[in-house]
Amino acid sequence: MSGFLHFVKKETLHILRDRRTMLIVLLMPVVQVLLFGFAISTEVNNIPFFAVAPNRTEAVRQQIERMSVNPYFLFKGYIDQSRIDRVLRSGQATAVVVFADDYDRLVEGAAAGAVDEVAVQFILDASNPNNAGTGQIYLQRAFLADGSTAAGSAPAVRILYNPQMKSSYNFVPGIMGLIFILICAMMTSVSIVREKESGTMEVLLVSPVRPIWIISAKMIPYFLLSCLALATILLLAHYVLGVPMSGSMVGLVGLSLLYLVLSLALGLFISTVSHTQVVAILISGMLLMLPVIMLSGMLFPVENMPGILQALSCVVPARWYIEAVRKLMIGGQSFAAVWQESAILLGMTVALVAVALKKFNDKLE
Amino acid sequence: MSDVIISVKDLCKCFGDFTAVDHITFEVQRGEIFGFLGANGAGKTTAMRMLCGLSYPTSGSGRVAGFDICTQGEQIKRHIGYMSQRFSLYDDLTVRENIRLYAGIYGLGRYETLRRTVSVLNRLHFRDEANTLVGSLPLGWKQKLAFSVATLHRPEVVFLDEPTGGVDPVTRRQFWEMIYEAASGGTTVFVTTHYMDEAEYCSRVSIMVDGKIEALGAPAELKKQYGAESMDEVFRILARGAKRSE
Repeated sequence: MSGFLHFVKKETLHILRDRRTMLIVLLMPVVQVLLFGFAISTEVNNIPFFAVAPNRTEAVRQQIERMSVNPYFLFKGYIDQSRIDRVLRSGQATAVVVFADDYDRLVEGAAAGAVDEVAVQFILDASNPNNAGTGQIYLQRAFLADGSTAAGSAPAVRILYNPQMKSSYNFVPGIMGLIFILICAMMTSVSIVREKESGTMEVLLVSPVRPIWIISAKMIPYFLLSCLALATILLLAHYVLGVPMSGSMVGLVGLSLLYLVLSLALGLFISTVSHTQVVAILISGMLLMLPVIMLSGMLFPVENMPGILQALSCVVPARWYIEAVRKLMIGGQSFAAVWQESAILLGMTVALVAVALKKFNDKLE
Repeated sequence: MSDVIISVKDLCKCFGDFTAVDHITFEVQRGEIFGFLGANGAGKTTAMRMLCGLSYPTSGSGRVAGFDICTQGEQIKRHIGYMSQRFSLYDDLTVRENIRLYAGIYGLGRYETLRRTVSVLNRLHFRDEANTLVGSLPLGWKQKLAFSVATLHRPEVVFLDEPTGGVDPVTRRQFWEMIYEAASGGTTVFVTTHYMDEAEYCSRVSIMVDGKIEALGAPAELKKQYGAESMDEVFRILARGAKRSE
């Protein structure tokens, strides 16, 4: 056992001495959460728009006023009808809101259910369809929010769980799925293979320390590092991005620990099939990172994939983990709601640990 | 019989159809420096791995330090030291940390660790480098340190796999002085090498060709037997018959 503690200390020293890698591991969760949370986002803020209003009546001004204080819009000014094309083409605005001459009368008429003429028109630059589509929805809602406008015909929409439709929420579980694979699987496998490559593994195997202890000692610092990353991500997500975390925290942490063990087993497995650090990195990159990014539902919804990819995504552990974390973190559900995902992850973990250990023992001979 | 520290009988190791080690039989006496020679691919490393408990023989039997190599690998590991042809200390740990790590692996107590660390540092004149990262030491120094670490727990047998590869002649000389010192202290040294001048330093040598031991004896005996001037010549006469190449 004393040998074991010496090993843990040695592995910790390896990590501490390699300042650059350690910095990357510690900073990566922070950078990714902030990057995905603020910079890379599919939601559209500050949509620049002009207004065309032949008669600037009280109702028109009120409507513009309301939109100006809305963070989703950026009011750039009133323009003449003839300049609509020019401001859109030059990119000064994404949208132009055209009020009808008799806006007041039409709005009142619509409220009474008597008139169904168009009171207001949105003209959108759809060279970026995503922005245009989102902008359109925002504009419609901005006008609907004013109870007087076409209230009778508008469907009542209620958006659940993520009422502001913040995309940053959605990324957090994905980042977790990615970072743990990176730290646990990639770094562990590289560190084991490095010892094979340098010849130190041979010396360790000749020593009386049992191989399984050598490997466990290697995993412990990476496991702790991952726990640190987990805490960082959860704190950042809650306090900086404002992710609600209304579900079962115990479930979330428990599930994450299970996922860590699974990733470590993957790392061990990779280390048994690769002989050089480069190969270990390539396998981790191609077989783990890529599926996690493309197939796990982190960026692209699994439901939209062709059938064959959907089937393939079922064997990507990150898919189940991310799905469960979304339910717990954003959906605010209890642990009972993710029993299916948990069971699948548990099954995968047991199988992977068994395969990795078997392969590791076979390799020794 | 207690003076025989390694005894091997009809030891074989096959990988599929390929017989890497083909019925080798020999004995090594306690305190001997036993040179284990052979061309690349002759089966030296495979044989050595079996003796260290790293791999199981396909057939045959052997005992190292009184333990059976087929069934008591774990006990053997406690009584031997091993230094591989590749440098086997950690570059990103200091000299002192490396020594402590191996002391810990072999279960030396705190006091004993401290005592032996100081003695190693003194012997190698490394006192000023105790807290230097091993990666920044010259290769020759590293190899001497690696040998000291391999014998730190005072093993009964120490296995050295081409320990002086790539080391300059002066350091090689010093290295062999360390080997002599260890042997005079009762440690049996089992060494593979490619340098035939080093073979001359051994008490006895065996020469492996194509998985078999073709010659075994003291260097002087072998030279007489083959009518050769040097071990180098003996080796070339034997290696000429080899079918396996690199």
